[in-house]
Amino acid sequence: MTNPLLRRIGLALAAPVLAAVFALVISALVLELSGSDSIDTFRTIGSNGLKLETFVDTLNRATPLFLAGVAAAIGFRMNLFNIGVEGQYILAGFAAAVVGAELNAYALPGFVHTAAIIGTAMLVGAAWAGLSGLLKVTRGINEVISTIMLNFIATGGIVAALLPKVITDPTAANQGTDEIAERAWLPELNGLLEIVTREIGKGRRLTGVFLIAVIVGVIYHVVVNRTVFGYDLRSSGMNPFAAFAGGVPPKKMVFLAMVLSGLVAGLVGMPEILSENHAYDQGFIQGLGFGGIAIALLGRNSALGMTFAALLFGFLDSSSAVLQVQASASAEIVKIMQATFLLAAVVAYEFVSRIRQRDEVARASVATDVAVDSAAIGGASA
Amino acid sequence: MAPAIELIGITKRFPGVIANDNINLTVEEGEVHAICGENGAGKSTLMKILYGMQPADEGVMKVFGEEVTFGSPNDAIDRGIGMVHQHLMLADQMSVIENVILGSEPTKGGGIIDFDAAKAHLAEVGSAYGLTVDPDDMIDTLEIGERQRVEIIKVLYRGAKVLILDEPTAVLVPQEVEELFNNLRELKADGATIIFIDHKLQEVLEISDSITVIRRGKTIATVKASDVTAGDLAELMVGEELPSPATGDSTVTTDVALEVNGLTVLDDDERAVVDDVSLKVHRGEILGIAGIEGNGQSELINAIVGTWSANSGNVRMAGKDITTASVRDRREAGLGYVPQDRHREGLLLDAPLWENAALGHQTGAPYSKGFWIDRASSRDHTGTIRSEFDVRSPNVDVSARALSGGNQQKLIIGREMTAHPDVLIAAHPTRGIDVGAQADVWNQIRAARAEGLATLLISADLDELIGLSDTIVVMYHGKLVATLDPSEIDPRTLGSYMTGAALSDASATDPGPSELSGDPS
Repeated sequence: MTNPLLRRIGLALAAPVLAAVFALVISALVLELSGSDSIDTFRTIGSNGLKLETFVDTLNRATPLFLAGVAAAIGFRMNLFNIGVEGQYILAGFAAAVVGAELNAYALPGFVHTAAIIGTAMLVGAAWAGLSGLLKVTRGINEVISTIMLNFIATGGIVAALLPKVITDPTAANQGTDEIAERAWLPELNGLLEIVTREIGKGRRLTGVFLIAVIVGVIYHVVVNRTVFGYDLRSSGMNPFAAFAGGVPPKKMVFLAMVLSGLVAGLVGMPEILSENHAYDQGFIQGLGFGGIAIALLGRNSALGMTFAALLFGFLDSSSAVLQVQASASAEIVKIMQATFLLAAVVAYEFVSRIRQRDEVARASVATDVAVDSAAIGGASA
Repeated sequence: MAPAIELIGITKRFPGVIANDNINLTVEEGEVHAICGENGAGKSTLMKILYGMQPADEGVMKVFGEEVTFGSPNDAIDRGIGMVHQHLMLADQMSVIENVILGSEPTKGGGIIDFDAAKAHLAEVGSAYGLTVDPDDMIDTLEIGERQRVEIIKVLYRGAKVLILDEPTAVLVPQEVEELFNNLRELKADGATIIFIDHKLQEVLEISDSITVIRRGKTIATVKASDVTAGDLAELMVGEELPSPATGDSTVTTDVALEVNGLTVLDDDERAVVDDVSLKVHRGEILGIAGIEGNGQSELINAIVGTWSANSGNVRMAGKDITTASVRDRREAGLGYVPQDRHREGLLLDAPLWENAALGHQTGAPYSKGFWIDRASSRDHTGTIRSEFDVRSPNVDVSARALSGGNQQKLIIGREMTAHPDVLIAAHPTRGIDVGAQADVWNQIRAARAEGLATLLISADLDELIGLSDTIVVMYHGKLVATLDPSEIDPRTLGSYMTGAALSDASATDPGPSELSGDPS
């Protein structure tokens, strides 16, 4: 590839393509070793993916993953490893569900009720993450340690201790907070898809949080790439010393990045609270915080990249159920595919970025030589 | 007998700069040979070549008469060359013996480390060279001087006959230096050859037999220590036929642009690293601060820029007290800053040039409008910097990392100068850049001075200091100890002020540095 443009496009595509191939090969190996038919399994995943209902499932699953990805990415941009998205969204979801149920008793317009729930979730997420930020800024405690600790405190401590206190019906099979009044539920977005497709069946409903995720994605992209604040955040993440000398206070940025990360993390549980269960119960979805870290890594912290990453992971997740039924393969194969894909992608990105860096240095030194030559010629003729 | 080390015509080029230019060096067996030169003269590049860390572009290396080429430090170690780095490379939480054998652990059956054999060998080496250490001490319980001794023993343990010591005294207090010298004399008596890199002239004269002076990548002279004085060495080091950075007519006004009063900065150990410093820089003036590195210059500029807070005293810009202002407020008020370490404090290496140009100026035109980064105008302006300051790069979108050091520095100078600051803090503005680019930077600073820029210049290049400055103050142990007129001083005298040597007699003849330390302006 001598054409520099072609080479650049090739390099940009190389990483994800290589990663995908690698992930498929490894998954096929695992499938064959565990006695399943790999071709059959991939075919099942493929044909399932063509169904409209799968598409809705994928979007529903991708929505919270994407939000968790953005939350993690805000930290990554600042060189902060917010492992605590998990605890932040669970605590935020719990608080939002409690507040939402409490507000049932008041005569509120639906949108105020909804806004109060979302606001609570964001504030609690921000406060919980801000605590780690504060510990880091004032006491120098590594955010990885503090967020992991705070995850345990949030899920095993606070939520476990408070959940029994808010249960009003001790006989229910799945105990949790009271159901939030219907006026606060977010509308489903099936209509949006049905403009271009047939009617969505099988009880699938596209969550209203999908729109929130789209808005968050756009805001994230614009703030990080186009604003002075985003510039401060990125420069501080790249080189805190240089950023400080350039007027960006490192401690303030650490704290702000944690708070903003938590603010978005608070939204991760909203599909459960506002679209699916309308309550926090013992079956509240877990693990999305860690999924979000994977999304941020795979999507390289860019809004577009994380969109693709969330859609991919969402699609694979939604395939796991059908696998057991139709291809007699273990549902866990999906986890293996996700993990190998992530691992391969991270390695491939690093590989490609090294090639890029070498190219750049080569081009820069060519520029230097040309300038030197022309200066020499200019000097000779003068 | 063949010399221990012979380097013939060693040349090493980096993009835009020649670090070593036809270097010749002969080190006899059993001598202490010092390599002297200013920062950036090419000493460390030469040692990296000799130790196999970098290949030379041209030239021949001979070790004990045999021609060699090194692909890695391991090759150098195999030939009996060992290096003690300036920054000690020891694992604090391990014992002396564990550190010494790290990387070449003797084992007995099944990969188990044979500590007894290691200790026996260590004791052998120790007694052969007269160096004692307790192999079971933990590194973090040792003083710096003792840790350095561990580093030396570590090198000897591996069979080194030739030791390279890279500025070994930089981290030591005077008593420890004395002890190190005793150890070195002992080593020499036992047949070791020592290459000693330093720029503290008194120390060099005290310990070495021969001295080779390197300036701007070239070997200037090799002399016997017994034949020269510190003054001769200083002259050799800084040279006198260099392109002169002379400032021309004075443009100094009476408006005070930057004023520092009784500033004291404490380090983490509560020691005053900047001690009651007062100075004034007027519009159109360049105030040079001379001093050997580590005498408080960095802390002083950090306190002025605002990245480190002052413990007492105040800083004023154009009469306004900025002692507690944020860095951003100071930058927006017209404070330009060329940091001493461009990679650490000056650049975002992985960001494109235009984002680097915006750094420190991102809150205003041409880089932003209100909340928004103005990409088009940022790139446009960076293009202007690129052509006006001759930053050689294919475009403004390559990462700063891709540029050579000189071009990176020109980008930083360009970004600060095009922001038209009222006060410029320039720390080593021409460090590591080639002679042509250096003259460009001097011209830029001079032109801005003519337009009223007040500059605080810190430089290890004494020619640069004397040539550019309107006034020079000397910083020694955190205090300003002398104010000098650059038109009446040569590098040699200035050097003796910097080492503290001239202070005792100067106070008798000069207006008196002790009273100057209060207010040198």
